[in-house]
Amino acid sequence: MPSVLDPSVLDPSSYADGTVLALAGPLVDGAIILDEIVPARAPWSAVVRKGNVLTIVDVGGNQSGDCILYNAHDTGERYSVPDTIAGGGNIYVRTGTVLRSSEGNPLATVVANETDRQDTIGGACGKESNTLRYGHHTASEHGCRENFLAEASKYGMGARDVVSNLNWFMNVPIEADGTLGIVDGISGPGKRVAFRAEMDILVLVSNCPQMNNPCNDFNPTPLRMIITEGS
Amino acid sequence: MATEADLHETGTVLAARADARAQGAKLADAMPYLPASSTPFPPPGADPGTLTWAETVAGGNYAHKVVARGTLIRLEDVTGEACAHVLVYNALEPWERLNVADTVKIPWQAYLTTGHPLLSGDGRVLATIVEDTSGHHDALCGTSTAVANQARYGDSAPQGPSPSGRELFTLAAAKHGLSRRDLPPSISFFKGVRAAEDGSLAWTGGAGPGAAIELLAELPLIVLIANVAHPVDPRPAYISGPLRVHAWRSAPTTPEDKRWDATPEAARYYLNTADYAVARGI
Repeated sequence: MPSVLDPSVLDPSSYADGTVLALAGPLVDGAIILDEIVPARAPWSAVVRKGNVLTIVDVGGNQSGDCILYNAHDTGERYSVPDTIAGGGNIYVRTGTVLRSSEGNPLATVVANETDRQDTIGGACGKESNTLRYGHHTASEHGCRENFLAEASKYGMGARDVVSNLNWFMNVPIEADGTLGIVDGISGPGKRVAFRAEMDILVLVSNCPQMNNPCNDFNPTPLRMIITEGS
Repeated sequence: MATEADLHETGTVLAARADARAQGAKLADAMPYLPASSTPFPPPGADPGTLTWAETVAGGNYAHKVVARGTLIRLEDVTGEACAHVLVYNALEPWERLNVADTVKIPWQAYLTTGHPLLSGDGRVLATIVEDTSGHHDALCGTSTAVANQARYGDSAPQGPSPSGRELFTLAAAKHGLSRRDLPPSISFFKGVRAAEDGSLAWTGGAGPGAAIELLAELPLIVLIANVAHPVDPRPAYISGPLRVHAWRSAPTTPEDKRWDATPEAARYYLNTADYAVARGI
């Protein structure tokens, strides 16, 4: 079982009526090195050593996990949306997608995925961008950018280091004329994604607090993070 | 056969000085024109006396400038083979910079053309695309890296035949005190990419010689431009033609402009930007 400080985090009655929480388990074989619950709306980080695999479980279903990866030994090299898209020839992230760095190097490879596709063009929410998207009345709401800044500060990083990101379990289609946006999710309770570190990587995650669009089904819920030893 | 050295008399300091000074009036196909008003290629619609930047950037090279709020920046694809990779920063607080995700998400539109904002991650618009005769641009694929260009062309160095965009951006950024930590994903003009329903990328190429775009600086900006082959250009050769850059004094977007409140999101990004400018006294 994962470690969790506050038992109410895994109590369905803490969330919207009808919430189902499915803890699932690792998506790949291997000894468990770390197993933690990220409470709703909170940031999280860990180093995943080369060859090891991080499984992220969408415990409550359709909960966006915003994510940036860094070379753990040189954080000037970090996840790059365009290098991942250009390198893979596709805007969506699926099993086999190589998550590339700003230098074009593989940071990680998606080794298993239980939704049709994952997003990497939708970026992160934030206090300031929320004012553009939903109005100035949202300015007091916490966002993923704030989670990233808080977590990055633990590693001596700041605003310069918070770049465009991955969104595990978020659904962002692009229509033929270029219209794009966040729509109802295609994940569900207990669905998972897993990626293998291709170098030692620092993983930053924001368990998205957004309440103004369907990226969290208007019901932020926990994520489970499981690191397993590579074979 | 005469070598380059044979063409110069540089045996003494006085001779070397004379030799150096004799070179100053030479012209090159790619060069800056100073003062900007002396440009041999004055852009349509601009009073030459208001020009603040005039330059032809060679294929495989880069340019950079700090420009005032309200500057219009015109980029022209002279031969149809340029690809202008662009990064912009708030010159007053350069940790505020282009955010490609917000640039496509907040207008609900992935493909750049007239009216599209270049947004920062701070809820403000750094620049607006106010003119576009190309329609072939890209906000998805970024620029090229050393790793990619070495694999594709055998070389990526700035001094080599097929420089990568990221290595040129590194140089341009360093000249403004910025490092590779300050190089987020960039956008590119004059070479297009579209995404199919399954997410796969389709190359749409360019619009031919003479296509141009104009960017209006909504804040004081550091502008970095790398003119290099697009990272998913399918042609086996590294093809990169000259890019012409002109900039001149104009005015930032105001409530009198139609685009100020063309959409609910536009109304708020222009308002947030004006709010910042007023508070800064600019």
